[in-house]
Amino acid sequence: MLLRQASDIRPSEITDRSLYLDRRRFLSVGIGAAAGLVGLAGTARAAALTGYRKTMVLAKDAPTPFKDITTYNNFYEFGTGKSDPSRYAPKYFKPILPWTVTVEGECAKPGTIGYEDIAKPALMEERIYRHRCVEAWSMVIPWIGVPLATILKRFEPTAKAKFVQFVTLMDPKRMPGEMMPILDWPYREGLRMDEAMHPLTLLAVGLYGQTLLPQNGAPLRLVVPWKYGFKSIKSIVKIRFVETQPKTTWTTEDPQEYGFYSNVNPHVSNTRWSQETERRIGDFFRRKTLMFNGYGDQVAHLYAGMDLRKYF
Amino acid sequence: MAAKRLAVPPLKAAVFLLCLVPLFWLVWQGFYGGLGANPIQALERRLGVWALRFLLIALAVTPVRQMTGWSALARLRRMLGLFAFFYVTLHLLSYVGLDEFFDWHAIGRDILKRTFITVGMAAFALLIPLAVTSTDRMARRLGGRRWRLLHRAVYGVAPLAVVHYWMMIKADHVEPFLYGLIALLLLSWRVNKSLTARRGRGPKISIPAGGPARP
Repeated sequence: MLLRQASDIRPSEITDRSLYLDRRRFLSVGIGAAAGLVGLAGTARAAALTGYRKTMVLAKDAPTPFKDITTYNNFYEFGTGKSDPSRYAPKYFKPILPWTVTVEGECAKPGTIGYEDIAKPALMEERIYRHRCVEAWSMVIPWIGVPLATILKRFEPTAKAKFVQFVTLMDPKRMPGEMMPILDWPYREGLRMDEAMHPLTLLAVGLYGQTLLPQNGAPLRLVVPWKYGFKSIKSIVKIRFVETQPKTTWTTEDPQEYGFYSNVNPHVSNTRWSQETERRIGDFFRRKTLMFNGYGDQVAHLYAGMDLRKYF
Repeated sequence: MAAKRLAVPPLKAAVFLLCLVPLFWLVWQGFYGGLGANPIQALERRLGVWALRFLLIALAVTPVRQMTGWSALARLRRMLGLFAFFYVTLHLLSYVGLDEFFDWHAIGRDILKRTFITVGMAAFALLIPLAVTSTDRMARRLGGRRWRLLHRAVYGVAPLAVVHYWMMIKADHVEPFLYGLIALLLLSWRVNKSLTARRGRGPKISIPAGGPARP
């Protein structure tokens, strides 16, 4: 498969990944795949996911520790501080299941899909991706998810479907941050159709071998590894196929600062951050930021002929 | 007289130690993982917030002293102002030395391109002459009037610091708003004071019909 030709995939790494101490620890805590759903519904504690395939390691560095991935989050629905989501999401965001995603708009078969229809062992894959935040920090995350295209195709998008819009749950009782007028709630994101159907685009249901914790966007979220983190919308309840470029939260907030595309691009700086470098969580020194977060081989063709300074 | 000046009053000594608590707390947290997954950024931010707090505390000395009549406070004002300078210097050093690791090229471009950094640097630059002229000797050399005039620059530093903080944040401006409100109160108290003083002086100056007499 073309994707596996990427320069930074090493076969040795693919085999090693299954031996993380962290995962072992959490597997022993977990109660098994079936009980996973119960765990999610009851205590908002993560449970083990099993049966997924390990398909892609698209980051050559060691994954960021589980503790950092689950305590350093931007999820304004639970507060704007980095530690707010891990503090408040497990407390307020329950029950998480049952969870249904409504799929509508320009498609032949609009309808709904439940979390349990997505988090199926036969569909799930582990993908180790770099994650680059617009705030110039980054992580390496072993996601577990389903290629978004697999799910979208079931609804048979029509020729009019040029973009896909995603919407986060709007429920101030379970997401108290939505009571504050910080952003134009509910959180919304969007992708062009070809971006959404790209094999790297993932609908994630877990990380480090277990279901997503509420602070990471449980029970399912988007992961678009070549774009800044805020494009990877969390806790999705609605997917809409649309003909024109949809409204997205941060672009509405400040169109000068956050573009619709928001591809990782070290040559286009942001009002607050030069995007030339980033700090990998856990590192002391900054490192150079890579074009398309290092996934140019796979995605650069999507933007051939586009002025990426204009369409930032 | 000289012996009296050397002796540090207990209140001042206590406040001095209290002012060092945030620094020790940050260092402690830094060593024991209390600063989270991105400790450099956390340290940088918290030092900045402490610098702003000390700046506002120093600006609160005169109003509080005049409202309560607690004159001993006056002797703390300079030290509190110098602590603001101390924390803002650490804030700047954490940006230059830890965050950017002396990448002067990147720092230079940040100052030019990122308005919140330009504003922050301007605030710091304005504080330098105040810190330099904070000694008794410098105050004497400048003379009371000129020294007081120079040190009014701090009234410009406070709004710049608040703007710097405000612009740094993507959304949710509650905290910079609160600090801004406190700065506004402290500054408007001074404006009000000077206006009343001028008005109070009014009736005492009798202006002849033909305008004030020229000397």
